[in-house]
Amino acid sequence: MNLTSFLQDKHLTVALRGEIDHHSAKDIMRVLGNKIDLYLPRVCVLDFREVTFMDSSGIAIVISCVRRMRQLRGEVVLRSVPPQPMKVLKASGIERIATLEDERSLVHES
Amino acid sequence: MKAENEMTLTFPSRSSNESFARAAVACFAAQLDPNLEELNDIKTAVSEAVTNCIVHAYRDCLGTVTIRCRILPESVLDIVIRDKGCGMEDVEKARAPMYTTGGPERSGMGFTIMESFMTSLQVTSKPGRGTTVHMKRKIVQRRKNA
Repeated sequence: MNLTSFLQDKHLTVALRGEIDHHSAKDIMRVLGNKIDLYLPRVCVLDFREVTFMDSSGIAIVISCVRRMRQLRGEVVLRSVPPQPMKVLKASGIERIATLEDERSLVHES
Repeated sequence: MKAENEMTLTFPSRSSNESFARAAVACFAAQLDPNLEELNDIKTAVSEAVTNCIVHAYRDCLGTVTIRCRILPESVLDIVIRDKGCGMEDVEKARAPMYTTGGPERSGMGFTIMESFMTSLQVTSKPGRGTTVHMKRKIVQRRKNA
């Protein structure tokens, strides 16, 4: 699993790509966790623009990322989410625990 | 109800078959001329049901997953996904949002998503015998003479 990421001003941006399902989620979760532990960011941005499909396994990825970032007193931002993954994320009420960017009503509560 | 077309698919419960299963069902559904959102809803629901077979029904073993798809009158896609795995004691509990026995790698949202993305969802299960998930999705007919 090769996730592209970059770090700037304590913002860790990770670009997710392709199809996210149970088969691919385990690796993504592990690599993402390792990056957070390595860089100790203040904000973790998950960029979804190249995600072509996502099921509820993606929700578990976001939740695990939020848990880790809370330990660092940081926050999670979900950026450029295409319609299909957005529908899945919204079905789970993810906006209660992470910030959806490109939206007017930014909600963040920890 | 008489089916206008149908297909059956069986495969072992390997996680690499998740993407194959949802793509195969989407290909079959394409003859109903769904729009992108309808097609994505179907793919997502199938992905959830097949993942349940792999993660829960055949937790410690490989088993067979069977998908039967039918096209019913009035543009209804009928999908039955069946396993012969461990089954569930309490289906209602399993269907509750955020409930999971799969640990932190699972969100517990599978049945909630199937329910909200499809027109109807029926789940029957017997401990030790397996689980059957029966979903229907009506496809809106837009233009007849394109």
